[in-house]
Amino acid sequence: MTVTEDRPATEFGSPRLRKEDAHLVTGRTRWTDNISLPGMLHLAMVRSPMAHAKIRSVDTDAAKQGSGVIAAFTGADLADDHAGLPNAWPVTPEQKAPEHKAIAVDTVNFAGEIVAVVVARSAAEARDAAELVDVEYDDLPVVLDLNDAAADKEVVYPDLGTNVSAVWTFDSGEAGTGGDVEEAISGAELVIKRTYRQQRLIPAFIEPRSTVVDPTGEQTTVWSATQIPHILRLMLALTCNISESKLRVVAPDVGGGFGGKLQVTPEEVTTLLVARRLGKPCKYTETRSESLMAAHHGRDQIQKLTLAANRDGTVTGLKVELLADMGAYLGLVTSGVPILGAFMYNAIYKFPAYHFTCTNVFTNKAWTDAYRGAGRPEATYAIERLMDELAAELDVDPIEIRERNWIKHEEFPFTTVAGLEYDSGNYEAATEKAKQLFGYDDLRAEQQRRRDGNDPVQLGIGTSTFTEMCGLAPSRVLGSLSYGAGGWEHASVRMLASGKVEVVTGSSAHGQGHETAWSQIVADRLGVPFDDIEILHGDTQVSARGLDTYGSRSLTVGGMAVLAAADKVIDKAKVIAAHLLEASADDIEFASGRFTVRGTDSSIGLGDISLATFAAHNLPDGVEASLDADATFDPVNFSFPHGTHLCAVEVDTETGVVELRKYVCVDDVGTVVNPLIVEGQVHGGVAQGIAQALFEEAVYDESGTLVTGSFVDYLVPSAADLISITTDRTESQSTTNELGVKGVGEAGTIASTPAVVNAVVDALRPLGINDIQMPCSPSRVWKTIRAATSSASARTDGGAA
Amino acid sequence: MTHITVTVDGTKYSDEVEPRTLLVHYLREQVGKTGTVVGCDTSNCGACTVHLNGRSVKSCSVLAVQADGADVSTIEGLSTNGELHPMQLAFHENHALQCGFCTPGMIMQSIDLLNENPHPTEHEVRDGLEGNLCRCTGYQNIVKAVLAAAGATDSEATR
Repeated sequence: MTVTEDRPATEFGSPRLRKEDAHLVTGRTRWTDNISLPGMLHLAMVRSPMAHAKIRSVDTDAAKQGSGVIAAFTGADLADDHAGLPNAWPVTPEQKAPEHKAIAVDTVNFAGEIVAVVVARSAAEARDAAELVDVEYDDLPVVLDLNDAAADKEVVYPDLGTNVSAVWTFDSGEAGTGGDVEEAISGAELVIKRTYRQQRLIPAFIEPRSTVVDPTGEQTTVWSATQIPHILRLMLALTCNISESKLRVVAPDVGGGFGGKLQVTPEEVTTLLVARRLGKPCKYTETRSESLMAAHHGRDQIQKLTLAANRDGTVTGLKVELLADMGAYLGLVTSGVPILGAFMYNAIYKFPAYHFTCTNVFTNKAWTDAYRGAGRPEATYAIERLMDELAAELDVDPIEIRERNWIKHEEFPFTTVAGLEYDSGNYEAATEKAKQLFGYDDLRAEQQRRRDGNDPVQLGIGTSTFTEMCGLAPSRVLGSLSYGAGGWEHASVRMLASGKVEVVTGSSAHGQGHETAWSQIVADRLGVPFDDIEILHGDTQVSARGLDTYGSRSLTVGGMAVLAAADKVIDKAKVIAAHLLEASADDIEFASGRFTVRGTDSSIGLGDISLATFAAHNLPDGVEASLDADATFDPVNFSFPHGTHLCAVEVDTETGVVELRKYVCVDDVGTVVNPLIVEGQVHGGVAQGIAQALFEEAVYDESGTLVTGSFVDYLVPSAADLISITTDRTESQSTTNELGVKGVGEAGTIASTPAVVNAVVDALRPLGINDIQMPCSPSRVWKTIRAATSSASARTDGGAA
Repeated sequence: MTHITVTVDGTKYSDEVEPRTLLVHYLREQVGKTGTVVGCDTSNCGACTVHLNGRSVKSCSVLAVQADGADVSTIEGLSTNGELHPMQLAFHENHALQCGFCTPGMIMQSIDLLNENPHPTEHEVRDGLEGNLCRCTGYQNIVKAVLAAAGATDSEATR
């Protein structure tokens, strides 16, 4: 038996078509909502229409009489069955957090919060009966405006005495990583002050969240559309007072997450509690409106920025004062999201002084938490917008101003003013390649022609030279930031008797293509055909240990764990190979799936060793009959992908319509395992970043009702709203992991938003415009143009008078 | 309850349905066609797109009773004898899916698009898919896949 035939010389780096596609293109899918169990009951949630109110009464009597209804529960009914929902990241020892029960008990704090649950034999009957639940509320003052909330004009939680949950500060002077920012500002030749608004966004994964709980048997099984089956199991166990060993959590096919499914949700806890109360399998699947209202939101910050610089364009200091809207509750990592950004405001630049303060604030809106990029898009937006403002102030090309400040490729490794050590990068190379692909000089020339000709459609060019911290995360660093868990990842490689290989990964994919990429890594390492490898994940009974998928960590951390486990298999097999080949292990070489006695043609394949190990008839003394191996990998550092994104837009100054004209991005994500998958991640990421720049915003009215509560109003872009973009790469390998990889899941989203807004502002700068609040919708752009032109004419009129 | 007879992916089904039952719920819950999915409640996302008498419809905006006597095809009926439909193959070969949740609807809509317009431009493909939302791919490879499938169909037609 040979296991090395019919495979390319190297899988690593080849654009393998995805093995996970087969079931997805044919509809043989296993979404949580597809699950149907004997006797299964269905849950419907009753949600508060009020943003802030006392619950005077909840009457479920009529609902309980409804057709097919089995039970109904209020917050009070289930309050004692669980502790509050978890926040795993207390960012300061003094952090304030309200209790968060799965179902509100006496007060509702955002519109959409669950106040009761109805259980029936069909989903339709449950929803019908939910309409019959009668809830009486007494209005409380609604806290919506972030500035007002931070000033405690009204408070969401009188018991806490303030809306401020925590204040977190980093100061380069105190940390010893740089100078004093106030000195930098007071001594600066030029100071630029701006306030930017990161609007509230909704992750808007296309698969609505769904949970099925089967409490029959000795172990309760929870299927959920989650990014984090392992964390969810631990948190459900702790929250609901169930032994962790009695819980199995499965994330079957999961339809996108983008951080939105990185949560322990009230819906998951409620479904678990109800199933255990009733002893029957239960299912809850949200509607899209429920998802938009009550699944956690992202962003929502006000950024007050002060940039100090010299007239030669060198930045001398940056001060960031942030207000971050937590919404009504602290979710799993709500409070830490803006802190992740703290390390990224200095981006690719050599700033000598830096100060960051973040104030986390409660409001009566849906809770916020991780959304693709989590803290880093906000930081990147702020600094990349500021660099354009600096360029405009000094009348220097925006790329030139960046070059005067960025870390040169020969300066790596480089310790930044925020205290991170960037291992590698080449900003010059990525930028040069992007400029060429973009036709930068030609587009600038066209822009000048349109300006000179007073063309009603103006051309704008935007630059974003981003970096991000990926590969979350070194456990020690997380500990120093008070995060409740580590950042390692686990993997197992199981050698089957037939020579096939099962790889178990703790990193749970929901669209990223782990099955394909992990197979490529293992195929090369073990010399086994790609198709002989099966990747297993997302089930705590199969994948016992893991820390799941977020923060562009899967390949840099999980991929390294897979590699380490494969190496252990080789080490174990080598001992048996030596025995079977009657040679010393020191003389055995391994290549392309075969063990060879050095200098001879005596060899044996890994598949044959697998079979011999299974049979166990002739193993060396004291050697176990298993080649299987486990490995846990804890990264020594973050990884730092970077890239240069260039965007051209056409802005119709008469209608305010922004049309994407051209988008080029050159990303450096280190070594690439599968270019097809990397490119796909960039495409999707860029689209989400463009969506923040131009289309999406979660809008609340003055009573705290989410106005954008359906896909009619929350504008996830369609194919017709976007253009085909040009992607390319440079490759600076990470020096802190053996694969040389850096992560790509969030890159596009982080980079693209400032590239687009810089382009829009660039188009309109001759009109005296230096900012447009996102999303740059036609009405907002038009109003900004009107305001600028009318104030200009007012000035002219005033002068004439 | 109302009695309906519907042919789904070539098999005839006779069922009692509540008059208010949506076609998508009938397909998923009574016929067991869970390959077709629900992504929203306002007919915006197109994840539930199927063919009704050969034309694409969002099965969340059709009542099951309206499909009485009709011929419905879903993503599950596309491949024949283990051979993928050219559009399924094009999606695979062009990496036009990531999480795959929008994919059934996207493929059904794309087939309808080419039935209507066998040689679309990129612009026409983008317009034709406007009613189907994808959050993963940025649509770039979906558009590429549809254009590739149009090419494949073309070469098959000339054979």
